[in-house]
Amino acid sequence: MEFLRFLLRRVLWSLLVLVGLSMVIFIIARAVPGDPARMALGPTATQEQVADLQKKLGLDRPIVQQYGLFIAGLAHGDLGRSLLTERPVNDDIRDTFAATLELVLATIFIAVVLGVPLGVVAAYWKDRWPDNVVRIVAIFSAVTPSFFLALLLQILAGYVLHILPTTGRLPPNFDFAPTHTGLVLIDSLIALRPDAFLEGLRYLLLPAIALAAATMGQMARITRSSMIDVSSQDYIEASRAFGVPEWVRVCKYMLRPSFVPPLTILGLEFASLIGNAFVVELVFAWPGMAAYGIRTILQKDLNAVMGVVMVSGVFFVLVNLVIDLLVGLVDPRVRIRGSRQ
Amino acid sequence: MSDELTLAEDAPRLSSAYQSWYRFSRNPTAMIGLVIVAVCVLAAILAPWITPHPDHVGAVVNFRARHLPPSADYWFGTDNVGRDIFTRVIFGFRISLMLAVVVLGTAIPIGTILGLMAGYFGGWVEIVFMRFTDIALAIPPLVMALAVAAVLSPDLVNSMLAIAALWWTWHTRLIYSITRQLRTREFVEAAETLGASKFHILFREILPNCVSAIAVKTSLDCGFVILVGASLSFLGLGIQPPTPDLGTMVASGSAFLPDYWWESVLPGCAILFVALGFNLLGDGLRDLYDVENVR
Repeated sequence: MEFLRFLLRRVLWSLLVLVGLSMVIFIIARAVPGDPARMALGPTATQEQVADLQKKLGLDRPIVQQYGLFIAGLAHGDLGRSLLTERPVNDDIRDTFAATLELVLATIFIAVVLGVPLGVVAAYWKDRWPDNVVRIVAIFSAVTPSFFLALLLQILAGYVLHILPTTGRLPPNFDFAPTHTGLVLIDSLIALRPDAFLEGLRYLLLPAIALAAATMGQMARITRSSMIDVSSQDYIEASRAFGVPEWVRVCKYMLRPSFVPPLTILGLEFASLIGNAFVVELVFAWPGMAAYGIRTILQKDLNAVMGVVMVSGVFFVLVNLVIDLLVGLVDPRVRIRGSRQ
Repeated sequence: MSDELTLAEDAPRLSSAYQSWYRFSRNPTAMIGLVIVAVCVLAAILAPWITPHPDHVGAVVNFRARHLPPSADYWFGTDNVGRDIFTRVIFGFRISLMLAVVVLGTAIPIGTILGLMAGYFGGWVEIVFMRFTDIALAIPPLVMALAVAAVLSPDLVNSMLAIAALWWTWHTRLIYSITRQLRTREFVEAAETLGASKFHILFREILPNCVSAIAVKTSLDCGFVILVGASLSFLGLGIQPPTPDLGTMVASGSAFLPDYWWESVLPGCAILFVALGFNLLGDGLRDLYDVENVR
């Protein structure tokens, strides 16, 4: 019950964050020195063309009314029209978001599945060689810029070893399109196409690794320190005294409470993960929302830019809600007390 | 007699500074970090005098020397217009370090003051400041910088502004959590009882206790700000050519992969090098000051 109230509070709070976010984005987009319509059309456009576009974008109305329109649009899930593609921004983002979602999900999977065990290993053999190895891996993965790691992976796997494709999401002219969920790995299973699944995996692997490295390093570091904190607790000593098998003690009694800090950090780190996705998608020509964002930014396509930033923010907020829920599932103390600390 | 007295008075102070340094210098990773940071900072300051081809910083073209592999003459090889990459990397450190100094020089004071006030005053100050921080946290810094670069024009000042506009959030959260713990401690209550001003309590009683955490965070942040800056210029939204910048060099060199690999890989390694230095230094300071939870 307490936990339900906690979740409800988090949901309300998330909505508030989103309203605040929409204001910040709106202010940035309207604080532009000069006229967005003029900027989009370029210096060669005539005065009538500019006035026309201003009217179309609602720029001729008072600023409060403009924000009202923006919010009303958001509430209906309408982000306006892209000046670059001349389509609704919604459609553009919907078409590209699935690719980004697939990349991000694969990234989180890799980061958790590699990072957490590395942290456990480091904590178990604290100050011995496995700990040092994990420490070096964690530091290097944190300080290597994503775009540089992406390039290195491309050189290594694409040009030197010739084992994995370096650009795109599926082979060119491949007779499969993800139509159900938009995720290649899931849709290929639904369509019973193992060949498409394997191809999708081959294309996904390098970008996901490039994007996952930094988060994986953080996961390993945080898991290590929280495992070490937990290992000094009395109940761990007690379980040892009772003769609980070693692996049960480490994997169940120690790992479960140690899982909360890495999860929380994953939520906070998620913002920089989305940021890095912009760079990684560009390097691997991944047809995602970030690549779309970069294109529209270079074209000064304000509606589309606002849409991309807003969707990134919504994505961040949703992921953090899911993490709150997971933390509650992992840690019963949170369910009872109703807080994350 | 008097000599002994002087010694006794000086001893604790001397030994505590010496002890800190002793503990720091016994930590190999921290020392490696310190050396790397020192090398990068010195190289950046002395760039015009220590680089082999200082004239290659600008828009120099030397087609006879283009795409040369690393050699004794050109340590990191040459780029597509025949400029020495080593020289340009050293000058690139200048831009990276300047970015870190300006961003953190803006973000840390703002973040610290907001965190101190939110943590100490509580009530509506806490609610407003921390909720605002939460909103700012939901925007990825790189995306924000991209958006600002889109509505303004892509250049160094705008990127720095955009990054600084979001970076303070982490410092606010950090200082807030420390201040909340300190607010009920005896020395703060004593100052309150004595009628000290709010200003005195915030900046003379609480702030000194945050300094070690700020130092650790700053060192770690330097590395991350440099990474974000490099990502921005890699996307073509940071420093504009011909000013040498590490991210821009990786981007322009990547057009010539894999044959002329040094043109992108070596500047990329330079970014990694400087970020690694600040990270190791930050880790070392964290061990020294024993502030576990600073990231």
